[in-house]
Amino acid sequence: MLVPPPQRPNRLTPMLDVAADWPWWLIVTILLGLLILFSIVTNTRMQNIFWAISAGVLITLVVSVSAYAIAVTIGLVVGLGRVAKNRVIFNLAAFYVEIVRGVPILVLLLYIAFVGVPAMVAGINAVGDWLVGLGLGFIGYGLTNFSTRNVDFVLRVVIGLGVAYGAFEAEIFRAGIQSVEKGQMEAARALGMTYYQAMRHVILPQAVRRILPVLGNDFVSMVKDSSLVSVLGVADVTQLAKLYASSTFLFFQTYSMLAFIYLVLTILLTRVVRAIEGRLSLFRQ
Amino acid sequence: MNPSAPPHDMVVIKHLVKQFGQLRAVNDVNLTVPHGQVVVIIGPSGSGKSTVLRCINHLETPTSGEIWVDGRQLTHASKDLNAVRAEVGMVFQQFNLFPHLTAVENIMLAQRVVRKRSTAEARRVALQQLERVGIPEKAKTYPGQLSGGQQQRVAIARSLAMNPKVMLFDEPTSALDPEMIKEVLDVMLDLARDGMTMVVVTHEMGFARNAANEIIFMDHGQIIERGTAEGFYTNPQEERTRSFLSQILH
Repeated sequence: MLVPPPQRPNRLTPMLDVAADWPWWLIVTILLGLLILFSIVTNTRMQNIFWAISAGVLITLVVSVSAYAIAVTIGLVVGLGRVAKNRVIFNLAAFYVEIVRGVPILVLLLYIAFVGVPAMVAGINAVGDWLVGLGLGFIGYGLTNFSTRNVDFVLRVVIGLGVAYGAFEAEIFRAGIQSVEKGQMEAARALGMTYYQAMRHVILPQAVRRILPVLGNDFVSMVKDSSLVSVLGVADVTQLAKLYASSTFLFFQTYSMLAFIYLVLTILLTRVVRAIEGRLSLFRQ
Repeated sequence: MNPSAPPHDMVVIKHLVKQFGQLRAVNDVNLTVPHGQVVVIIGPSGSGKSTVLRCINHLETPTSGEIWVDGRQLTHASKDLNAVRAEVGMVFQQFNLFPHLTAVENIMLAQRVVRKRSTAEARRVALQQLERVGIPEKAKTYPGQLSGGQQQRVAIARSLAMNPKVMLFDEPTSALDPEMIKEVLDVMLDLARDGMTMVVVTHEMGFARNAANEIIFMDHGQIIERGTAEGFYTNPQEERTRSFLSQILH
């Protein structure tokens, strides 16, 4: 006895059936993108907007790349600390990760820009005073006269973003390290390697290969989060868009252009990241 | 009684106890492996035989008892420990080759980093050991491209390249397909004939018969019986030994 195939409920016609499976989100995105592109090409107003704010893209990229480099470095060091046997190191690392992950990135940026950096400058001044006291005036005076104003805001936000993301990268490194089988460390130690030798030659090479896709995705996230530096007045693409929009009152067009620029950046970067992953997995065994 | 290990005994274990929380995995084990001899430890799973082996190179830290390797007592001092571990080779059930390095690189790594040999010297020794285990042509391949038996032989070569004084084998063939067991056992037999001091935990009774100077049967953390290869099979003394042997000899 033949059982009829199950009917899909709530479908009106076969045509709608097929269309329901199309990736509408992608189609609409591409259409909107083409619309904006078309408007840039034909509409001078849109062209003006584009040229006014695209100068900020360089700052956005510089900030993103520098902050990310700092974040990955911090992530490696703190990640190792999170798996260390030494209780002092372990607790310091855990403290950093918990605090930094628990505070919004914007708040962290404000903290580091207006609290952290002045404190660091005070420290540098103190070291300068000490050096002058020792008679090393030629270095000492430079340090004593170092003032908070000398620290560029771009540097402050780069440090801030780096520290903020560093906590997340630390957790990613920790996960990568812990995902390597226990037997690898055992084999390395059984051969007489120290913990650090085993980490450097056996565990970390494997851990890093595993977390590269995640690191790539986090870089794309960093590009988006770099928009926060506009709050501190840094002239990235978001800040330029805000200034332009509030002076010309073309909010809709300007902010659409801004979103479009970010979309192009992130989609391009995602493609680049995937390509790099693909190349690396050829070398990986 | 002389408390220190006589110079010619390679491994001496005295009153070894290892406790994991409530579980006493090893309960007062005493064991001596003279130079150049092969000791095989057999027993059901959970008998503590692997734990005893792993205490010899301190992969497990003994709860109490003494372990002497080549006349030196093992303590917690870690600089000491790394030096001793370089003299004690270990082969694992799961091979534990480094997947991101080729076979020859696997064998070269510890030589360069621990023994501080030059790259050229390390490579020479590595290729020599690969010849010894019978797969010199696989030098540039990655572990992922090797069969289980080949991987285990590379693992053996990796340990041998460090010129250890004693080799430990923790169920080296248990993870292998049957047709590859022989190639690994042959390498181990060769090693035994060359005079290497070996402690082997295994279920391979044929190997034990051919190579062991002494066979030890453990159960529930204790040594139940020990004897020479011949005596063990022809006339096991203890009841538990007899029942275990009847289960695995088929």
